[in-house]
Amino acid sequence: MTSVGPAELEALRLSLAVAARSVAFSLPLAVLVAWLLTRARFPGRTLFDAFVHLPLVLPPVAVGYVLLVVFGARGALGGWLRNHFGIELAFTTAGAALATAVMTFPLMVRAMRLSLENIDRGLEDAARTLGAGPLDRFASITLPLMLPGILAGAVTAFAAGLGEFGAVITFTSNIPGVTRTLPLALYTAMQSPGGDALALRLALLSFGLGLSGLLAAELLVRRVRRRLGR
Amino acid sequence: MLQVAVSVRRSGFALDADFAAPTPGVIALFGRSGSGKTTLVNIISGLLAPDSGSVRLGEDILTDTQAGIAVPVERRRIGYVFQDPRLFPHLSVSANLHYGRRRARAATTLIDFDEVLALLALEPLLARRPHQLSGGERQRVALGRALLAQPRLLLLDEPLASVDVARREEVLPYLEALRDRLAIPMVYVSHQFEEVLQLATHMVLLEAGKVLAQGSVNALSLRPELQGIVGPDLVGAVLDGSVTRVDAVSGSAELAVGSGTLQVSLRDAAVGDRVRLQVLARDVILAVQPVQGLSVRNALPGTVAAVSTDDFGALVTMNVGGATVLARITAGALQALRLRPGDAAWTLFKAVSTRGHTFRLPRAQPAAVPPAPEPGRGP
Repeated sequence: MTSVGPAELEALRLSLAVAARSVAFSLPLAVLVAWLLTRARFPGRTLFDAFVHLPLVLPPVAVGYVLLVVFGARGALGGWLRNHFGIELAFTTAGAALATAVMTFPLMVRAMRLSLENIDRGLEDAARTLGAGPLDRFASITLPLMLPGILAGAVTAFAAGLGEFGAVITFTSNIPGVTRTLPLALYTAMQSPGGDALALRLALLSFGLGLSGLLAAELLVRRVRRRLGR
Repeated sequence: MLQVAVSVRRSGFALDADFAAPTPGVIALFGRSGSGKTTLVNIISGLLAPDSGSVRLGEDILTDTQAGIAVPVERRRIGYVFQDPRLFPHLSVSANLHYGRRRARAATTLIDFDEVLALLALEPLLARRPHQLSGGERQRVALGRALLAQPRLLLLDEPLASVDVARREEVLPYLEALRDRLAIPMVYVSHQFEEVLQLATHMVLLEAGKVLAQGSVNALSLRPELQGIVGPDLVGAVLDGSVTRVDAVSGSAELAVGSGTLQVSLRDAAVGDRVRLQVLARDVILAVQPVQGLSVRNALPGTVAAVSTDDFGALVTMNVGGATVLARITAGALQALRLRPGDAAWTLFKAVSTRGHTFRLPRAQPAAVPPAPEPGRGP
């Protein structure tokens, strides 16, 4: 096996960029959705819950197709975004990040919800009796206590986002240097004659990245938990 | 004055409570578990909205369902020490203490940081995290945190329940110090009669969501309803008096109660100290004629005020020199002595029997505590 070449580095760089952008974009939204699903009571909550989790069960290709219809050049939102903000999503790195964000969103929400459900509501009541209003309570008590969940969600979503394939290739195609992330490069290598060695290297790289991502998540969560005395 | 008149209905539970108690002072909500004590303090704090009724503190209306008033919890300025300490686990002890102080809406500072540190001995704990504290320490921090929010009323919901019995002495003296040095009125929830005796000035007796009786601890100690909650062995008149003479050698003291004096077993007391004494009814002997040659140190002439009989025999209420004492005697003794209200009789109890049943009171009675109103009649 030869050393890592420019093709692998390019794919790795793109994967990291796409995953980082997708996490940055979806993190605040996931906190809000996790809070809504755990604490708020509103009509249609169950339907909303199911909708948030839909990417877990839908074929990724279907998600990519829906994104293409909505955010594509001729899509309802896509046209509007291009005309008003000059934002192109279809066939761009930003689009790959959006597709990744949609696919990993339920993973993130689930991790945050778990830690939110573990917070003793009595602590929030205590904060109330000490003079803290709703936003104050959220910022000073709820958010810091759900930090393990936020971190776990972010790292898991990042690790999963490095390998998002179906939605990305459907929505943004397979453009070298733009949307050809690790899994797409692996797929391309497998399709090309004589690409076996490259495919193996890319596969090993994905494997290593995934493992270190999950390990990092676990270690990070443990450290934060210890700081919280649990 | 704290006035509460509220009702709550839930499946399997109904609360219909109505009481008024003077402030400052320590108001004990006393009753068995499930009698509605915690529900009541949650309503006062605002954490729970009553189905109907009102809560007033002094001139302020905190809750009034008819007028549509419900002051939010965070604006009530009512401190709450819960059964479990509920310290914020992600903050140090110091940050926990500052949490309420920073958000205090009081125009004036009732108690400052250094005062709380001194009162509750918190200085050595400041840098620690809540999980590094013992149960008693946690509850002291919770107490300090509530005080620093500058509350105008402090709710204490069985603050010793989460502290193991051996460590209670680690917290109780601090609660006493709080009562004696601060003018913050307190509502103290407990099902331990001894805690009530040690701390309370006023008492509200709860049973199955209803107020059975309310008044001063002294007046309520004579109510027969109390026996149903504390059991026959802990029934006894509660007398407040001041020390007039101390015999350090024998560990005894003389207590002025009403217009008479009592001999009690009391160590570490000084003349002028105010002391609360519970004379257990089962420790009291009645005699229809003066007796001589007995070792008993208290033999007080008086008259029978009331006689009630129950499963345990008879409970006789005696008026002795401006004080009232309960005596528990057997049905046979009642028959032999033929005691009836108005009869003259002697009340006897040993000084030694008072050991462990005396409690220190603040030296100066907290200001503005009027005599407790008779139950049923509004103040």
